[in-house]
Amino acid sequence: MSKIKEIRFKMISPEIIRKLSVMPVVTSEVYGPDAYPIDGGVMDPKLGIIDPGMRCQTCGGRIGECTGHFGHIEFARPVLNILYLPQIRLILTYTCHKCGALLADKTKLEQGIAPKKLKVMTTCPDCGAKQGKIKLEKPSTFVRDKHPLTPVEIREHFEKISDETANLIGIKGGRPEWFILTLLLVPPVTARPSITLESGDRSEDDLTHKLVDIIRINHRLADNLEIGAPDFIIEDLWELLQYHVTTYFNNEISSIPPARHRSGRSLKTLAQRLKSKDGRFRHNLTGKRVNYCARTVVSPDPNISLNDVGVPELVAKELTVPIKVTKNNINELKAHIKNGPDTHPGANYVTRPDGIRKKVINENKESILEELAPGHIVERHLIDGDITIFNRQPSLHRMSVMAHYAKIMPHKTFRLNLCVCKPYNADFDGDEMNLHVLQTAEARAEAEQLMLVEKNIRSPRFGGPIMGCDQDYISGAYQLTKIGTTFTKQQTAQILINADIIADLKKDTYTGKEIFSFAIPKGINLEYKANTCRKCETCKKKECEHDAYVIIEDGELKKGVIDTNSIAAFKGRIIDTIDMEKGHSQARLFLDQITKIITRTMMKQGFSISLDNLDTDKTTRTNIEKAIDKQLEVIEKQIEDYKKGKIDVSPGRTPEEALEDMIMIELWKITNMTQQIIDKTVDETNSAIIMARTGARGSIQNLAYMSGLVGQETIRGRRIFRGYTGRTLSHFKKGDLSPTSHGFVRSSFQKGIDPIEFFFEVMKGREGIMDSSLKTRVSGYMQRRLVSALQDIKVGEDYHVRDSSGTIIQFVPGEDCVDPAKSDRGYLDKQIMTKH
Amino acid sequence: MSEKDILSHELVSEHKILTKNESQKILSQLNVKPDRLPKMRDTDPVVEIIGAKVGDIVEITRDSPTAGKTKYYRVVIPE
Ligand SMILES: [Mg+2]
Ligand SMILES: [Zn+2]
Ligand SMILES: [Zn+2]
Ligand SMILES: [Zn+2]
Repeated sequence: MSKIKEIRFKMISPEIIRKLSVMPVVTSEVYGPDAYPIDGGVMDPKLGIIDPGMRCQTCGGRIGECTGHFGHIEFARPVLNILYLPQIRLILTYTCHKCGALLADKTKLEQGIAPKKLKVMTTCPDCGAKQGKIKLEKPSTFVRDKHPLTPVEIREHFEKISDETANLIGIKGGRPEWFILTLLLVPPVTARPSITLESGDRSEDDLTHKLVDIIRINHRLADNLEIGAPDFIIEDLWELLQYHVTTYFNNEISSIPPARHRSGRSLKTLAQRLKSKDGRFRHNLTGKRVNYCARTVVSPDPNISLNDVGVPELVAKELTVPIKVTKNNINELKAHIKNGPDTHPGANYVTRPDGIRKKVINENKESILEELAPGHIVERHLIDGDITIFNRQPSLHRMSVMAHYAKIMPHKTFRLNLCVCKPYNADFDGDEMNLHVLQTAEARAEAEQLMLVEKNIRSPRFGGPIMGCDQDYISGAYQLTKIGTTFTKQQTAQILINADIIADLKKDTYTGKEIFSFAIPKGINLEYKANTCRKCETCKKKECEHDAYVIIEDGELKKGVIDTNSIAAFKGRIIDTIDMEKGHSQARLFLDQITKIITRTMMKQGFSISLDNLDTDKTTRTNIEKAIDKQLEVIEKQIEDYKKGKIDVSPGRTPEEALEDMIMIELWKITNMTQQIIDKTVDETNSAIIMARTGARGSIQNLAYMSGLVGQETIRGRRIFRGYTGRTLSHFKKGDLSPTSHGFVRSSFQKGIDPIEFFFEVMKGREGIMDSSLKTRVSGYMQRRLVSALQDIKVGEDYHVRDSSGTIIQFVPGEDCVDPAKSDRGYLDKQIMTKH
Repeated sequence: MSEKDILSHELVSEHKILTKNESQKILSQLNVKPDRLPKMRDTDPVVEIIGAKVGDIVEITRDSPTAGKTKYYRVVIPE
């Protein structure tokens, strides 16, 4: 096989059009009264055939053999090729209309300077002819000194230009006059097939419609030229021809009304066939379609395993798995066929060894059952335990596509475990996900070994767990494991049995820590600080009065509360350790069990937040007010100093900048002090503070906004200055520098903010939204570029990392041969390595 | 900064031209042909300073946070 070395795109010359063309297309009539295509029309069978049973009149090929043949249209008057408007303008401007000589500095062009940067000579250096100014009157008329140029004039001008001159201006691989069309290539019928509707009517392709228009107008123009019709009629028709040819090339030119279908829909012409998301490139060449897949809304299921996905019965009856009949599974498969296609664990098709494929319907299932024998292939419904591939777009990393075991369920949504939301970045506000059913044993084995959820708990990005508990699971774990939580024997039994833990309960009461310990495998030993750690000056470790020092001995939680640092994604030490020391399935089991334990205990205890959580007592409030007033006074004084010119200015800064810096520091102190006061005085049992300290949701900062004060609103890290001249809003005096007039919000959300404060708050909010949307766009494009650059690189059996051409990129993957998805934060723990 | 100084910069790894014998040994050890090796231009500043010629194989000893020191081989190609 020969290789394509290069592809060159050039303009097409009239000679090549004539060579390619098998016939001139001369008539705008398409079908005759017998519904047979008219000779010389756009559907002439010489241009290829689309109806079965017919033969091409050019090459004699049948449908599928003949790929079609080009025709051509000869224009009565030439028209501009709209796609080359910029080039035509360039040539008109930089060449003499009398002799075609270059009107710019030749040596500079030879140096590779773009013609646009060079001066145009006003008189021709060769013939001395005066040159006019070229303007483009939209959509496609060129004007030289108020005299409109016809395509004929332009073409005559271009014919005078030497190849060398054209080359210098940047017209390579063709003659400039080819920009003005005298011939139009008519694409084969096979490139614009007509569709026969149910009613028997033919519906033509948009390109065919457009070609008919062009031929019709061209015909009328030719007729009128022949009879010597008045100029204005000729001009109108010529302009109309230009319009049709223009829209034939591109129907989305801003200055031209798009050509429309009778229904009002604008026509999809050549450029539209290629362009954008549903164009030939992105839709047909880069895009792929698959069978055996399903897509629906996802919803949460706290009882489903991390490895499972809940599949609606409706989907399971449509998606099938081909199973080869053996003497061991024949009875099982017979049961499926007996159920038929409409009852759930049924079957849809049976293929015999001779290749005959039969659809299972209730009427023929008896006969199929009779002849069923080893060697047949039964396409049975999806059942519990089948391996499937689950995906959520955008697929930004490899955990966006993972293998799950199917679990057939009622209703119409895919159900998934909450710990697997993070890698998919899924929530349940209407997100949809895709499911694929694997069709071969190899694919199933590969998916199960490499893509199963539990095998992807550790992320290759940072070598830590990417799955874990969040939100209520965290605050629930804290409530469960904090000092003082106890359950009776009965309650404990209920909790444990729900989590599928069988245990011999000997005691009458169990503490939360003991219940949690049932889920931790034996042999796990850990010691670390919890997220609730108050960062005391000297950590008392075991004796921590906040119970924030976690000690796990041989799978027993001895001390400390469980929070983000134990069971969350990214930080969860327990998940991390179990995954490393006990294996992926133990880590999955741990997540399955603790989430169930936590949901049960949360159902018993309850956890909620109310407005009461935001109340501050009188002394706290006055403390905060005092702090604010003190700082505001400082700022007031700074402003006065500034007005008197008594301000310290560091070199290179203006007094205004210096003042701003000072004010910002003082304002920042307000927020900081408020936060500290709230952190210190808030009740330990306050739900909001529990969520903030355990890392379940929110932060002390959020709490300070709600019950302390909102503080300074900033735009691009500075106080707000935009608005009217000298002031932000008309409610302030010009030149007012006070905090209130530049976005300082003294109120808290609980107290409520006044309209001016609200205005500033919304300004800040808008900045945030703009930032995040901009960031996703930029990083999305960055990701695409990286993926395109790296997608073909792989590790070979010799451990060399090579690209698709076989060139070595690295001699050993990552230069350390460590699979980050199997590493401990990028490193290998030698102790664990030697243990296995 | 003089030209030679770039070799002592902390971001420039140690470069060493391999002898004919060493090159042969490395190539057979890695089981690759020289045209499959990563390339470096003869106009590369380090190549110019150490005086490697087109076709030479340069051994680069790099620091790695996870692997300590690693060896990398690049073949010099004409500009
Ligand atoms: Mg969503
Ligand atoms: Zn043909
Ligand atoms: Zn001239
Ligand atoms: Zn502590």
